[in-house]
Amino acid sequence: MSGPGATAPAAPVGPSGPDAEAAWTQKHLLDVDVLSAAEIGLVMKTTDAMKEILARPITKVPALRGRNVTIIFYEASTRTRVSFEVAAKNLSADVVNIAASASSVSKGESLVDTIRTIEALGAHMIVMRHGTSGAPYLAAEVFSGSVLNGGDGWHAHPSQALLDLYTMRAHLGDLRGRKVVILGDVLHSRVARSNVWTLTAMGADLWICGPTPILRGFDAWAARWANGRGPNGHGGFTVTSDVDAALDGADVVMALRLQRERMDAGLLPSLREYAARFGLTRERLAAAKPDALVMHPGPMNEGVEIAADVAVLDRSVITEQVANGVAVRMALLYLLSGVHGGWHPEGGIGG
Amino acid sequence: MDARQIMTADEMRRAIVRVSHEIVERQAGTEGLVLIGIQRRGVPLATRIAAAIGEHEGVGLPVGALDITFYRDDLSLVAQQPIVKGTAIPVDLNDRTVVLVDDVLYTGRTIRAAMDALVDFGRPRAIRLAVLVDRGHRELPIRADHVGKNVPTSRDELVKVHFVETDGEDAVWIERREGAA
Repeated sequence: MSGPGATAPAAPVGPSGPDAEAAWTQKHLLDVDVLSAAEIGLVMKTTDAMKEILARPITKVPALRGRNVTIIFYEASTRTRVSFEVAAKNLSADVVNIAASASSVSKGESLVDTIRTIEALGAHMIVMRHGTSGAPYLAAEVFSGSVLNGGDGWHAHPSQALLDLYTMRAHLGDLRGRKVVILGDVLHSRVARSNVWTLTAMGADLWICGPTPILRGFDAWAARWANGRGPNGHGGFTVTSDVDAALDGADVVMALRLQRERMDAGLLPSLREYAARFGLTRERLAAAKPDALVMHPGPMNEGVEIAADVAVLDRSVITEQVANGVAVRMALLYLLSGVHGGWHPEGGIGG
Repeated sequence: MDARQIMTADEMRRAIVRVSHEIVERQAGTEGLVLIGIQRRGVPLATRIAAAIGEHEGVGLPVGALDITFYRDDLSLVAQQPIVKGTAIPVDLNDRTVVLVDDVLYTGRTIRAAMDALVDFGRPRAIRLAVLVDRGHRELPIRADHVGKNVPTSRDELVKVHFVETDGEDAVWIERREGAA
C-alpha cells in the first residue's frame, strides 16, 4: 500500500550499520581483547541508540533505575570519570563517586577490602581506574557485580578504544583496509594497547609509530599476528619509528599524550627533540590523506605530541571523541547491567 | 506446535483502512496528528495507516518509530539486555495528537512504557492508541482507542503479526506457547 501520505520514519541506523546482531554475554569489561567482532558491533549499535537519547530534549531514560554504579578512581582523570558519571546518570543509575585519595585507601586499606566495602554499601557495578595493570581483574574476582575498567596502568582502557572506534566509523564507515596510525608514547599507553585489539578486529591497517625505545614490546606483539595481518585475515599491523612512512596516505592519525611523568627513565633526550621529531604538525600531516581524521585521547600536551593548530583543524575530531565517550559508556553500562543472576522466563513484557 | 491463521492479508488491509478512517473521524481531521509506531512491528503498521490516511485525506502525516527498551519495567529481571532497535521522532510532539501504534495489545505494559518514553519528548495534546489485534489479559488500566480485531485468547497462546516488511508475508497467526500444557 502506498499513498501520498506514506512517509516512512527515517531509519534509525547510525554508523554501526544495520546488521549488528549479537548476544552480549560479558559480565565485566576489563579489556576489549575478549570481544568478538559481533560483540563490538553490538556495542556500536547500542551506542547509536544512546546518541539518539543524547539528542533528545530530556537526555535521561530509566533503564538503570535502582542500580548503584560506584566510580572509584585511583588515578587522576577528568573526561573518563565525568563521562562515566554522566553516562550512568543519563540511564537513571544512582552514582557514588569515590576519590581514592580522600578515602580509606589513603589509610592503607587494601584494594580487596575496598571492593568488599563498596559491595556491602550496595554497588551493583564498579567503574575503576587504577595505576597498576591488572588491578580491575583482582576487583572482578572479589566483586559479585560487574567491573568496568576505566584504565589500568599501561594495560587497557577499553571504553576509550570503543569510543575511538565509534568515532572512526562515524566518519569512515567500514574500517577494513583503512590506514590508522597511532603516533606517540605507545609504551606507556593503555589507550594504544586497547586500540590494537579493536582496530585489528575491525580489519584496519594499523600502524604504530614512535621513537624506537618506546616501541619496545610492540614488535613482538605485532609478530603474534602472523605476517603482520589481523586475526580475521585482513588489515595489517606495522610497527615503525619512521613518521613519514607511517603518515603517508593515512586515513586516521591518533596522537598520544607524551606521559611526561613517566619520562624520567631517560627514554627520550628532551621534550623539544620529541616534538621536533614526532610531534603531529601541519607539515607532517600533509603526508596523510587530505581529509584524514585527527584524534587524541586527551589530555593534550599542545606543542609536544600535537601542534595547537592541528588540534583545532576541521578534521580534528577530538571534542567529538569526548561527546561519543558518553554514548559509548551508556551503551556499556546498559549491556553489562543485563548480565546477572535474574531470569525472566518469557524474556520480555509481551504486549 | 499448531499455528492457526486468524487474519489474512485482505483482512489486515481492510482493518488498517477502517482504523485509518476511525482515527481521522475521532480527530475530526488530520490537523496536528502524528503516528508513532512501537518497535518493531508497530512501525510498519504505523506507516501503512499513514499511507491509508494519505489515500483518503490527501495529506502526508509524519510517522515516527519508538523503541521502549529503556523504559521496560522488567529490565532488572531479564538475564540479557534486549537489543535496542532505535527511536526516531520526526516532529516536536508539543501540542500534537500522538497516535501510538502497535501490532498486539496484551498486558498493556509496553504501552505504559511507550507513554513514559513519549512524555520525555514533549507534552502532546493527547495520546491515543491504535492496535491491529487486541488479545485481552490486561495487567494495567489501559485500553485501545482503535482496534483492528478483537481476539479472545488464553495466556498459553502467542499472537504473531507478520508484515511483508519484517516477515515476508501479511498474516496474523495464533499458536500455543512452547512448553505450555
